[in-house]
Amino acid sequence: MMNLESIPIQAFLIVSSALFCIGIWGLLNSRNAVRVLMSIELMLNAVNINLMAFSSYVDNNLIQGQVFTIFVITVAAAEAAVGLAILLSLYRNRVTVDMESFNLLKW
Amino acid sequence: MSIAITTQIICFSVLSLVILIGALGVVLLESIVYSAFLLGGVFMSVAGLYLLLNASFVAAAQVLVYVGAVNVLIIFAIMLVNKKEDLKPISDIKSRRIISTAICLTLLSLLIRVDLTNVWSLSSPQNSIGEESTIRIGEHLFSDYLLPFEVASVLLLMAMIGAIVLARRDVMSKDISTGLPVDQELIEKSSETLLTNKN
Repeated sequence: MMNLESIPIQAFLIVSSALFCIGIWGLLNSRNAVRVLMSIELMLNAVNINLMAFSSYVDNNLIQGQVFTIFVITVAAAEAAVGLAILLSLYRNRVTVDMESFNLLKW
Repeated sequence: MSIAITTQIICFSVLSLVILIGALGVVLLESIVYSAFLLGGVFMSVAGLYLLLNASFVAAAQVLVYVGAVNVLIIFAIMLVNKKEDLKPISDIKSRRIISTAICLTLLSLLIRVDLTNVWSLSSPQNSIGEESTIRIGEHLFSDYLLPFEVASVLLLMAMIGAIVLARRDVMSKDISTGLPVDQELIEKSSETLLTNKN
C-alpha cells in the first residue's frame, strides 16, 4: 500500500484538511474584510498542498497536479488583486472595513 | 529523494506545526498586521512542504507569487485601510461563533476520517521523477495544457485592468443605498501635507 521509505500521504492530507478548516472558520468569523481575504488565501493553499501530495504520490510520472497548482496560484494572484481593489473602493465609499456593514446586495 | 527518512519526518513535523500555528494566528490574532506577517510565514512553510515533495519549481513559484506579490499586496491594503474603528456589537455573536465552530470541527473530523480510512492505491515509489519535474511542467504547459495556459494569461490581463479600474479615485458623491452624501475626507486629505497631525 505505501512504501516505508517516505512520509505517508495521510500526513499531508491531514495537514491540508486542518488548514482548510481553519480557513473556513476565519472566513465565517472575521469582521475585518482584509482578514477574510487572508482566510481565502489559506484555503487556496490547503487545496494546493492536497494537489501536490496527490501529484507526488499517485501520479508522479505525469505530474499533472503540479501543473494544476501553477494554475491555482495564477488564479489566486488575480483574485487577490481584484479583491483588494474592490475592498479599496468599498472603503472609499463606506469608510469602514467591517463586514457587517457591507449589505449593498441585500434584498 | 536522497534525504533520510528521519530528516524528512523532522522537516515535515516542523513545517506542519509552523503552518497550523501560523494559520491559527492569522485567524485569531487581534492585530491585523501581525496576521499579515504570520501569513507570510505560512506561505514560506507551504513552499517548504513543496520542496519536501520534490517540486522545486512550484516551491519557487509559491515564494515569488504568494510571499512576493500577494502578501505585499495585503500589507499595502492594510496600510491603506487601517483605521481604528469601534465595531458595532452584534447581539447573537456567541451563537454564531458556536455554530460556525461546530460546522468547522464536523467538517475537519469528516475529512480526517476519509483521509485515514480510505485505502489509497499508490502506484509507483514516490518521487522517482526527481529533479526532472521542472522540464515535465514545461512540456505540459506547451502541449496538453496550452489552452489553459493562454486563458490564464488573458485572465491575468483582465484582472490587472479590472483592479486598475476599480481602485481608481472615482468616488460617488452619494451613497448608493442610503442616498446620503459620502464622506469625502479621504480624497480631500491629499491637499494637506501628511504627518502633520502627529504633534
